[in-house]
Amino acid sequence: MPEIRYLDALNQAHHEEFERDERVIVMGEDVGRKGGVFGVTMGLYEKFGEDRVIDTPLAESSIVGCAIGMAANGLLPIAEIQFADFIHPAFDQIVSEAARMRYRSNGAFGCPMVIRVPYGGSHGTALYHSQSVEAFYAHVPGLKVVAPYTPYDAKGMLKEAIRDPDPVLFLEHKRMYRIVKGEVPEGDYTVPIGPAVVRREGKDISVFAYGWMLHESLQAAQALAAEGIDVEVVDVRSLRPLDKETILGSVAKTNKALIVYEDNRFVGFGAELAALIAEEAFEDLDGPVTRLAGPDVPGIPFAKPLEQWFWITQEKIASAVRKLAHY
Amino acid sequence: MSAREVTAKAKHLEMGLSDADVLEMYRYIVLARALDDRMWVLQRAGKAMFVISGPGHEGAQVGMMWPLDRKHDWFVPFYRSVAAVLVKGMSPAEILLSLLAKATDPSSGGRQMPAHYGHPRYKILSTSSPVGTQYPHAAGIAYAAKIRRTGEVVITSIGDGGTSQGDWHEALNFAAIHKVPCIFAVENNRYAISVPLNKQMAVPSIALRAQGYGMPGSSVDGNDVLECYRVTKEAYDRAKRGDGPTLIEFRVERLGSHSSDDQQERYRPKEEIEAARQRDPILTFGTYLRSVGLLDDAKDQQLRAEVQREIDEATDVAERAPDPDPATAARHVYYDPDPDNPVDPVWWRGDTDRRR
Ligand SMILES: Cc1ncc(C[n+]2csc(CCOP(=O)(O)OP(=O)(O)O)c2C)c(N)n1
Repeated sequence: MPEIRYLDALNQAHHEEFERDERVIVMGEDVGRKGGVFGVTMGLYEKFGEDRVIDTPLAESSIVGCAIGMAANGLLPIAEIQFADFIHPAFDQIVSEAARMRYRSNGAFGCPMVIRVPYGGSHGTALYHSQSVEAFYAHVPGLKVVAPYTPYDAKGMLKEAIRDPDPVLFLEHKRMYRIVKGEVPEGDYTVPIGPAVVRREGKDISVFAYGWMLHESLQAAQALAAEGIDVEVVDVRSLRPLDKETILGSVAKTNKALIVYEDNRFVGFGAELAALIAEEAFEDLDGPVTRLAGPDVPGIPFAKPLEQWFWITQEKIASAVRKLAHY
Repeated sequence: MSAREVTAKAKHLEMGLSDADVLEMYRYIVLARALDDRMWVLQRAGKAMFVISGPGHEGAQVGMMWPLDRKHDWFVPFYRSVAAVLVKGMSPAEILLSLLAKATDPSSGGRQMPAHYGHPRYKILSTSSPVGTQYPHAAGIAYAAKIRRTGEVVITSIGDGGTSQGDWHEALNFAAIHKVPCIFAVENNRYAISVPLNKQMAVPSIALRAQGYGMPGSSVDGNDVLECYRVTKEAYDRAKRGDGPTLIEFRVERLGSHSSDDQQERYRPKEEIEAARQRDPILTFGTYLRSVGLLDDAKDQQLRAEVQREIDEATDVAERAPDPDPATAARHVYYDPDPDNPVDPVWWRGDTDRRR
């Protein structure tokens, strides 16, 4: 099987879904002729034309709002938000409209759409091109929120999201696009939204992460194996719905839980994981449920020394693991 | 002197601009371009991570900023406002300090990406990246100026793509209702990264939109520096008289790619890029100055040499400046006065007089 980049896996999913179902369209800033600022929609405009590949005005609220209308009237829109940092003008459309459409109409209307959102910090992306927005949206019933890590999952979960009858916020950590590679079969398959997956088996401590933080956690786990600490790493690729069973099962096995996320620590998504484990796995725990997360400043600063200060690196993860493992 | 030269000469004098004024305007345009070139050199050399700047917009920016009182009035910029912030008072060194994310970067102490201008001393409001958010801020500053009777005028700017944001429209509406002293500029280069104007709006001119909100709107050739000045001066005088806001579209060329992360050759025809270069404001304004006898090759070369020296010195200053200390990274999340910090903490009160 060919090894391809995360970016290419997403691109493949687009091409295949566009072929499979002519209701699928994509809309967003620069998704057409340019193929997206990260290249995820490359080649679609040439192949499927401008009716299905829409270069929108620079207006996120209408990108999501118009997609909601399209979904109501028989299309399956993928709305690309260029950077997570610029999703905020669309907050009202996502939270008040897309998420509530089904509930408020007592099931008469639905909102089958995908909102693709490149998020997270990369080199030099600073306050406004590095935000993590998952906590805002995972909070809202009516939305599904996923953050796949492997290229295999990226392709399979995007297809699943497109075919899902409800709105799915699809988070892609920017740093993974070109760095993360993996085997991806050509042709059709899907990966369900919901289940978490154990990426690395271990017996001493469980690390829970998603997106780029999973990447760093796996690296840290590998390094710690040499020190005799056997780390289990769980990929929480579906944030809402959340796979309690896999998470609690892992804690039952290792008795220690470290949760790693890049977003600000305070009221971040990891707080929900911590609460779940504290409430439902109390008897299994041999140490405090621990969070390692971004510092509580309003964004990742630009200057290298400050950026380094913010980042959750594999070294920081390793030292948090050591501390908890020796508790 | 031929009859044509006499009328041409009359143009800037008729507008109330002296010979010294127009030469100074030209110097700012050349300075901004030289600074711009230097930023790209530093980026290619691996010293700067990212550049976004304003080549092609300088003429419009210098023209639009010239009517302002640089100390008293406000400017709410966007990322292309290189020439505009220079006119407002920032130095090339201050801009390069932010490009290189140094501790002494006056815009953000190295926290923001380059081109997110801000300077308390020059009344340049700190800017962010989300396109469009600055427009309501400008309307609000102008509202405060009105009810506090400060006599300040506010100018803000944005690109054509930015006019699609709700914030843009809401700001014009608010400003017109309250007749605030604000000038809303749009630097229309016909692209938003790769998205062309016909995918951005269906109106033939952005200026037309002013009508919908109840304010005058004009559209001006952004490479005609004097025309840019004239139209903005009218808007400025209106604002000063208490007659309310104005919308001005400046039709400009984007001479380079959107940013250092973009390649415009991928979506823009070669001929169009070539044609844009012919409309460079340095050329058009230089030609005007020559036609009225204020510039010749020798003077131009001398001016460019001086500008180059200024940029070299600024580069030295910026490169030698210290990086920010990680121990400071968590500061200023909330009110956090610092006796050694030259930025006056009373700033938040808007008490501008105390900062002089
Ligand atoms: C709300 C928001 N959405 C998207 C972006 C990404 N982005 C940065 S600049 C830009 C294009 C802006 O075009 P325009 O307003 O025409 O100004 P120009 O860059 O052409 O001067 C885009 C889409 C952003 N910064 N903010």
